[in-house]
Amino acid sequence: MTTTAPDARTYEAVFDATVAADERIEPRDWMPDAYRASLVRQIAQHAHSEIIGMQPEANWITRAPSLRRKAILMAKVQDEAGHGLYLYSAAETLGTGRDELLDKLHSGRQKYSSIFNYPTLTWADVGAIGWLVDGAAITNQVPLCRCSYGPYARAMVRICKEESFHQRQGYELLLTLSRGTEAQHAMAQDAVDRWWWPSLMMFGPPDDESAHSAQSMAWKIKRHSNDELRQRFVDICVPQAESLGLALPDPGLRWNEERGHHDFGAIDWDEFHEVLRGNGPCNEERISRRRQAHEEGAWVREAAAAHARKHGGTPGEARA
Amino acid sequence: MALGDDALVLSHRLGEWAGHAPVLEEEVALANIALDLLGQARFLLSLVGDEDELAYLREERAFRNVQLVEQPNGDFAHTIARQLYFSTYQELLYGQLTAGDGPFAPLAAKAVKEVAYHRDHAEHWTLRLGDGTEESHRRMQTALDALWRFTGELFDPLDRLDVDVSALRDGWLALITRTVGQATLTLPTGPQSGAWTAGAGRQGIHTEPFGRMLAEMQHLHRSHPGATW
Repeated sequence: MTTTAPDARTYEAVFDATVAADERIEPRDWMPDAYRASLVRQIAQHAHSEIIGMQPEANWITRAPSLRRKAILMAKVQDEAGHGLYLYSAAETLGTGRDELLDKLHSGRQKYSSIFNYPTLTWADVGAIGWLVDGAAITNQVPLCRCSYGPYARAMVRICKEESFHQRQGYELLLTLSRGTEAQHAMAQDAVDRWWWPSLMMFGPPDDESAHSAQSMAWKIKRHSNDELRQRFVDICVPQAESLGLALPDPGLRWNEERGHHDFGAIDWDEFHEVLRGNGPCNEERISRRRQAHEEGAWVREAAAAHARKHGGTPGEARA
Repeated sequence: MALGDDALVLSHRLGEWAGHAPVLEEEVALANIALDLLGQARFLLSLVGDEDELAYLREERAFRNVQLVEQPNGDFAHTIARQLYFSTYQELLYGQLTAGDGPFAPLAAKAVKEVAYHRDHAEHWTLRLGDGTEESHRRMQTALDALWRFTGELFDPLDRLDVDVSALRDGWLALITRTVGQATLTLPTGPQSGAWTAGAGRQGIHTEPFGRMLAEMQHLHRSHPGATW
């Protein structure tokens, strides 16, 4: 969608027509500044979530209880780093740089998903993250494969494939625990008890409080509202929890024949806002760990850059 | 089993980098190498018995890995020096194993490609760090020096392996010397294994950090005897 039309109104008309026709906006196309800014915010936050999201799972790599599970977990954490890389590249097509985005993450000016501020306390948490957290992420992200911005939509196609795979592995991990010894079953139930509500919060605030939703939907960055996606997720999880033999920790959860959906209890939005404000259980640790890795790696990046200058290559891995 | 333990232990050490690497590309690369090694370990341990029983229920004295691979990660230069020394050795060894038709042949065929990549990765970083900044040069030299004494053990003969491991030493030394020279660094002099230093991992004599590594690795598995995961 390129155009040589001279004035902004024409550019805008082309942009609107492209979005209306469900076609993709590409990096060199004209786009409204606010559309660009909104995408940068969303893609960066998504990339940051992949990077911070490595921590709660990496916490269990060295303690994984079988070699098979250890291999699966290592591969998953590796995939997450890869997803972070795709997403930073997608954000870069909008004229921002990875260094700049990481800087904003480290200084707290950009956010990451609130879910990663919860601790992984047992091995079963690795399964609960796969089943619930990746499950919620997929519910959120599958519609993004049709997002109006081409590079983001294409990154999401790749990411969703890998995420679905992780989600099945998480489910299978929980199933093994649930059908294992009594202690393993209890471990699985406890993990689901702790991760259920935070997973529902991943869909963001309720529709009437969501600041960016309406505009994002008009631009076809988002395709469904937070509450719609949350409902879809609950409806998917209830039968899965049954086959897992695990209970979801919500006494208000029941099938509503009339709506054709499950009703569920009230989310603790105070907790959600506290976590977003930086007061969750692990906010401090996650960011300091991230900053520490970056700062302690500075000499390595400088070395790679210096080597590239001397030898006329590109810094390659030296990128921050 | 010795080769399986080498791969298992080094894989574990590399897994400790997850979330700590200096750049995202290295998160991917180090995890990738760790996964390759874990795959090799699983194949090799399965030739001996049950992989999980062997990994999780043996005590320190029963592990047969060389002391080099159990050395703590240290800074990035230490990790790279360990990788350089070990992957060069592994490439030569697996190269020999592919020639044979023993039980290792199917592994070796796949693993030679993996370890060639591992060595390439370690060599490139040795060059970047050695011939990078003053600080990186200093750190890389320190790391090469510190780990040198653990390299002698690599060439101890291995039971039930029709490869003359000690004969690999010359080729190994030539490759390492070339890379280290290119990186404007100097190869440490002195014995590769001294009387009071390294050289007994293959007999189950390990360094102190190894027990702690195993405690972490085995804790959950040992806490639930008989459970499946």
